[in-house]
Amino acid sequence: MPSLTRKEVEEIALLARLHMDEAALARMESELGAILEHFSSIAAVDTTDIPPMTHAVPIELPLRVDVAFPSLDAADALRAVPKRDGDLIVVPAIIAGSGE
Amino acid sequence: MSGVELWSIADITRRIAAGEVTAAKILTDTIARITERDGELGAYLATDFEGAQTAAALVDAMRSANLPLGPLAGVPIALKDMIVTKGVVTTAGSKILDGWSPPYNATVVERLRAAGAVIVGKVNCDEFGMGSSTENSAYKKTRNPWDATRVPGGSSGGSSAAVAAGLCTASLGTDTGGSIRQPAAFCGVVGLKPTYGRVSRWGIVAFASSLDQVGPIARSVADAALVLQAISGHDPLDSTSLAQPVPQFSESIAAGVTGLKVGLPKEYFAGEIDPEIRAALDNTVAALKEKGAEIIEVSLPHTELALPAYYIVAPAEASSNLARYDGIRYGTRADASDLLDLYCKTRGAGFGPEVKRRIMLGTYALRSGYYDAYYKKAQQIRALIKRDFDAAFETVDVLLTPTTPAPAFAFESKATPLDMYLGDIFTLACNLAGLPGMSVPCGLTKNRLPIGAQLLGKPLDEATLIRTGAVIESALAIGAPP
Repeated sequence: MPSLTRKEVEEIALLARLHMDEAALARMESELGAILEHFSSIAAVDTTDIPPMTHAVPIELPLRVDVAFPSLDAADALRAVPKRDGDLIVVPAIIAGSGE
Repeated sequence: MSGVELWSIADITRRIAAGEVTAAKILTDTIARITERDGELGAYLATDFEGAQTAAALVDAMRSANLPLGPLAGVPIALKDMIVTKGVVTTAGSKILDGWSPPYNATVVERLRAAGAVIVGKVNCDEFGMGSSTENSAYKKTRNPWDATRVPGGSSGGSSAAVAAGLCTASLGTDTGGSIRQPAAFCGVVGLKPTYGRVSRWGIVAFASSLDQVGPIARSVADAALVLQAISGHDPLDSTSLAQPVPQFSESIAAGVTGLKVGLPKEYFAGEIDPEIRAALDNTVAALKEKGAEIIEVSLPHTELALPAYYIVAPAEASSNLARYDGIRYGTRADASDLLDLYCKTRGAGFGPEVKRRIMLGTYALRSGYYDAYYKKAQQIRALIKRDFDAAFETVDVLLTPTTPAPAFAFESKATPLDMYLGDIFTLACNLAGLPGMSVPCGLTKNRLPIGAQLLGKPLDEATLIRTGAVIESALAIGAPP
């Protein structure tokens, strides 16, 4: 398994939507590198024909009955929105430079 | 300690029912103790004494009206801050949820209230449950009641410290890789992680959804059984909740271990273990043997792979689950010029270093081109670990291991994140396999630090853990912290 480069750390930080300053990126590079190196032992394990285990217990995804039932009131659901205009959630421009 | 802070749940409910004491008086004493002790201990992030007084008054009114009381009537309970509480700030130990007042209750909260419990507040934890010392809380340091220079364990460190110090009678924690059992071991209390699916996860702040479970932390096995009883059972709001009957757990307390086959997985005793922990486990084995259990050595050959498998699966799931914290609908929001900038700055400022590390690790493992080498491989190893347990449980009824390789450590004593992860070695496999697990105090080191014995059971067989744990507890009780 490859060790982690600084460029990869920056790419992953962007994928994960995490702003980090230079010092944090440098720390992440060495820490993640050490962790991944420790975990490299898994590559040698023979897992041929072993199905991946996604859940601990057999689960059949249930279908909910198609009936309306009481849910969260809109006012309650919106109360924690950091910025809003009435019942609308305000966000900055989706495309940089096009305003709120 | 000599008063209410040492009473068992049975003591409290019996005395209230008999009219010897009121729920209001028990709450008053508990609040006094929190006020007196928590400044130093640092267990509580938020208290809800007003809500607790209303709940206690209801219990007393029901008693006066001769109405039937619930199984936890008047029992002061604290909730890990990963558990969502309507109108009571819930942060999961993170700045990104600073001040968040949820609009609903977790199912476990509704069930505790229905059982008559008096919820006194929210207790500290590692941010989003990620950590083993509660040092990753964005808010405060929680101290170990046995030695204030040491951590209480984590991530349910506030729950364990509060229970051990008598700042509540019992608490709920969450356990994704040992976060109930390890702090219970460090603080000298009982911690029980139920079978995956036994307890509803509705309203639990998600860390790794295929591993997370809620469970009790209490001062005795009997108390843990009563709390588990109240919160267990199918919940249509959680699609992974199991529609299985829930036994009467308290009936197992006095069942004893005569004829019970207890397995000692040799891999759990082969590595570096503190000699005092090894000796305490020898005493535990001797006590179980003395009470009629049959001790059998077994093998779980893939044990050493649990750590890498866990630290790939859990961060991968976390990186997906924590994508919801984007500054749009709730939580904190950073100033930004466009949406991408908003996401990155909000999350960059709101998450602490360990959470960022795990999100990064998970994002790396799930990346296109790396998925098979990491995530899929880890899920396959998870299947091998489950097979190991299945094979062992063909021979034995329950497994006994140390909960941790070492007792509670000093603050800031782990040099690297990996050093911290390595301490979780004995608790992770249980979550990967979805099994029930329990830590029970089984001794003290010469420096008077608690030692935990871990019991691992077959799926849905919490009853055998309770039965075995009760025998260990009665033979090797450690008492309360100074």
